[in-house]
Amino acid sequence: MVNKMHIAVTVNGKDREADVEPRLLLVHFLRENLSLTGTHIGCDTSNCGACTVMLNGMTVKSCTVFAVQANGKKVTTVEGLANGAKLHPIQEGFWEKHGLQCGYCTPGMMMAAVALLQKNQNPTEEEIRRGISGNLCRCTGYVKIVEAIQYAAEKLKETQQQGMEVPAR
Amino acid sequence: MNELTHKQSQCILVSLRLEPVRGLHMIPASFEYSSPKTLSEAISLLETSGSDSKILAGGQSLIPVMKLRLGSPSRLIDINNIEGLNYIRESDGFLRIGALTRIVDLESSELLKKKYPIINDAASHIADPTVRNLGTAGGNVSHADPANDLPAAMLALSAEFVATSSGGSRVIKAKDFFVDAFTTALKHEEILTEIRIPQFTVGNGGAYLKLEKRVGDFAIAGVAAQISVTQGVTVAKAGIGLTAVGSSAIEAVEAEQYLIGQTLTAEAISTASKLAARASNPGTDLRGPGEYKREMIIVLTTRALKRAYLRATGGAA
Ligand SMILES: Cc1cc2nc3c(=O)[nH]c(=O)nc-3n(C[C@H](O)[C@H](O)[C@H](O)COP(=O)(O)OP(=O)(O)OC[C@H]3O[C@@H](n4cnc5c(N)ncnc54)[C@H](O)[C@@H]3O)c2cc1C
Ligand code: FES
Ligand code: FES
Repeated sequence: MVNKMHIAVTVNGKDREADVEPRLLLVHFLRENLSLTGTHIGCDTSNCGACTVMLNGMTVKSCTVFAVQANGKKVTTVEGLANGAKLHPIQEGFWEKHGLQCGYCTPGMMMAAVALLQKNQNPTEEEIRRGISGNLCRCTGYVKIVEAIQYAAEKLKETQQQGMEVPAR
Repeated sequence: MNELTHKQSQCILVSLRLEPVRGLHMIPASFEYSSPKTLSEAISLLETSGSDSKILAGGQSLIPVMKLRLGSPSRLIDINNIEGLNYIRESDGFLRIGALTRIVDLESSELLKKKYPIINDAASHIADPTVRNLGTAGGNVSHADPANDLPAAMLALSAEFVATSSGGSRVIKAKDFFVDAFTTALKHEEILTEIRIPQFTVGNGGAYLKLEKRVGDFAIAGVAAQISVTQGVTVAKAGIGLTAVGSSAIEAVEAEQYLIGQTLTAEAISTASKLAARASNPGTDLRGPGEYKREMIIVLTTRALKRAYLRATGGAA
């Protein structure tokens, strides 16, 4: 008999419950149980970061965490960034600066960038490059991604100066 | 001993650190999962659950191993929900690091930056920021991959490891802890609870240098050096640890002994660096030929000693 465990996880602000096998990886829980396919899988070795999500406010590689470990916790995926039709500044940045080509790495890249900007409002180029060093991109050569993050940093500062709430938990 | 067969460990070295093995899937085999709230509960689960149960800390080494089916533990005992194992503090003559302290916290700790920068150096070179969010100090040393970065620093610092079981705690010295690739002196029923390092006063300095192919990769070679100097000139104590140049982290004992009583002239540093390289036994792999890595140990030891000396004497770096 397959042993299953009951878990309750808040994903993008919604309470989700399921019975899952302990071996189910968080990324599979998100993609297959919840149909949140924005989070990608790019490797078998925890290297690429395409699967990056936030777990209780910090980035993790969701292919290297079991879903049962998220029990009682909060998960934010790329689907949780936009506020309705209004894009998050990081999404706007990728749009404006052409921060993607095929888009495979983009969801993970954006989650890593959001985490970086939460810790550091004025990152230098070097700090941005280090901050996304757990995320691989096979298309862009990173230059446009760095520009997208710089754009988002400016945008976030403006939003805060205007006293507006910054999206994403 | 907490050991894997030679074949398993070779397989892990090849697949995790070099390239994925074709035909292996990314879904781990089934296992039972428990997440105890206390240390004593975790220990009794370890005792009652058969020899192939495993502690799950950050999971950043164990889960990749399970995904590639290089290891299939029957039960995981998740220690992440146990309180009181995540701290960095000085007390009773020791710097104490809780086993569950995240690598990101080692990297950002002001206490470590100020007094034990060798640990910051090593922590900030482990994997990437996302892996460091979950990976733990205890897991990095318990996994005992010869290419893990903290073991060499722990050897240089003469660290001690506190292993706790139902019978109480015992202290294992770093030089006895790293037995072989993926093998430590921890027994199956023991949990590593604390890493402790004799507290430093003035005149101590250390540095960790790592050569890597790209940011976030495992080391081609790495060197940790920690020295204490008296009157700003003479070496009173020296610790040198090497990463990724043998079947476990290596303590360069001859180099350490040579340095005691020396003034750190260019010549003394050069002799010590060559002695350190002599203690290494690197193999040839995708990260480079053995001869190259041995040469790099000379270069890295020289630089690490210079930086350690600057730090010990209140200079910059
Ligand atoms: C992409 C990638 C790159 C990496 N690059 C590097 C690198 O450059 N340098 C480096 O050093 N590491 C690297 N790592 C490994 C990473 O640092 C791991 O996080 C760390 O080695 C293990 O810590 P953990 O807490 O995740 O341990 P886990 O994966 O949870 O456990 C590892 C092993 O230790 C045992 N264990 C854990 N905690 C305890 C304890 N308290 N008591 C007894 N046994 C315990 C477990 O049972 C298991 O066998 C990399 C990992 C990835 C995924
Ligand atoms: S899928 Fe590549 S790191 Fe998770
Ligand atoms: S845009 Fe294609 S991998 Fe990054």
